[in-house]
Amino acid sequence: MKKYVCVVCGFTYDPALGLPGEGIPAGTAFEDIPDDWCCPDCGVSKSDFEVQEG
Amino acid sequence: MSGVVIIGSGLGGYSLARELRRLDPAIAITVVTADGGEAYSKPMLSAAFAQGKDVAALAQKSAGQVEAELRLRVITRSRVTAIDRAARRLTLDGGEAIAYSSLVLAIGADPRAYRVAGSEDVTVHTVNDLDDYAVWRDGLIPGGRVLLIGAGLIGSEFANDLTTAGQRVSVVDPAPWPLGRLLPQELGDELATALGGIGVSFHLGRSITALEPGRAVLDNGAVVAFDKALSAIGLVPRTALAAAAGLVVDKGIVVDRWLRTSDPHVFALGDCAQTEAGPLPFVLPLMAEARALAATLAGNPTELRLPALPVVVKTPALPVAVCPPAPGAGGTWRVSGEGRDRKALFVGDDGRMLGFALSGGLTAERQSLAKEMPDLI
Ligand SMILES: Cc1cc2nc3c(=O)[nH]c(=O)nc-3n(C[C@H](O)[C@H](O)[C@H](O)COP(=O)(O)OP(=O)(O)OC[C@H]3O[C@@H](n4cnc5c(N)ncnc54)[C@H](O)[C@@H]3O)c2cc1C
Repeated sequence: MKKYVCVVCGFTYDPALGLPGEGIPAGTAFEDIPDDWCCPDCGVSKSDFEVQEG
Repeated sequence: MSGVVIIGSGLGGYSLARELRRLDPAIAITVVTADGGEAYSKPMLSAAFAQGKDVAALAQKSAGQVEAELRLRVITRSRVTAIDRAARRLTLDGGEAIAYSSLVLAIGADPRAYRVAGSEDVTVHTVNDLDDYAVWRDGLIPGGRVLLIGAGLIGSEFANDLTTAGQRVSVVDPAPWPLGRLLPQELGDELATALGGIGVSFHLGRSITALEPGRAVLDNGAVVAFDKALSAIGLVPRTALAAAAGLVVDKGIVVDRWLRTSDPHVFALGDCAQTEAGPLPFVLPLMAEARALAATLAGNPTELRLPALPVVVKTPALPVAVCPPAPGAGGTWRVSGEGRDRKALFVGDDGRMLGFALSGGLTAERQSLAKEMPDLI
């Protein structure tokens, strides 16, 4: 599973960790997060994330 | 009451509060804000209209929710009118006084006012916060004509967003291509072509000589008719409050690597601050500032470190990413690629890469290229 990074603020979503505090269990792929989810740091939409390289 | 007092509830103020609460569960935090204290994402203001988002959808949390979540106090719709540094006390416009042990200025920037003959008789909107957005959005009529003054980063984003949402947008800018200060001509022309392709009408290399209700007269005699006017010609850091308190200000409130102003008990971050690398009115540096300052305020003095700063321009008509060279840096653009997919490297006089701009499919190289750029701080 790939990590995704917010293009606006740099927040990284790591599927291995999920975001349990927001109800996203560890092991959730980015693709499976609801579309209305927002970046927990800067609030932009899910479409403003891209695959992290390297 | 004492503790950390933060003025401002934008991404700067609230990100700092969140990071500080993470590091210190006990420290007293108070946020004083002139607006309603809703947590919202300012970058969404220029992307929200096409997504059908109104103010209620943009406000992600109320001030009350932020208070409960971060265990702090938010004083909304209150403007700080004076800072008494000797007494370490703030005065609010309602007359209330608030004591602080550390003060953080996260007061943002004002949109530059657009002035031209006749502008005092015409409402020229600016959209820099939720309240502005509410007024602007409520006034738009379906399929209406929008005069957009300024084709910089925020202007170009609004042009794309409003056009996608069915507004008929005319953009006026004295620069010869959009994002004139960030892009070399080849990429700027592609962006103009792409935005033109979705219906934006450009008046580039042109200025307005007179505004009348519903009409703008340009310097070539052309007339642009409009229902609503929006200006996006830049931001000016808010320095008046700090200057009146005797803090050192320049373009912004001057801070050192610890985000400290000229008073060791007063800090600044975000759009109001001027770092060693100048004002940096973007979210990425603001987040780095919030993290460093939170550590410092939690008792672990931490210097701000900033790698190169790539900014993604939210123009879906043609994706663009820029990593501008430091202001005044000498060098030349080297452009490769064709059509929409271009790569421009800004190479300094000594042959070092100092910045870049990417468009179309090549924006994917943003992350790897950014690693090759010199650090900002
Ligand atoms: C339309 C738009 C799109 C953008 N898009 C992007 C993007 O895609 N990527 C990116 O990186 N950046 C973007 N930016 C820039 C980014 O949003 C800002 O850099 C950032 O949000 C600034 O946050 P701030 O907290 O410093 O300021 P603000 O959000 O302006 O907050 C200032 C706060 O201070 C309060 N305040 C001011 N004076 C007083 C006073 N005297 N007393 C009490 N309270 C006071 C205000 O009420 C407000 O709460 C965009 C900006 C705009 C306008």
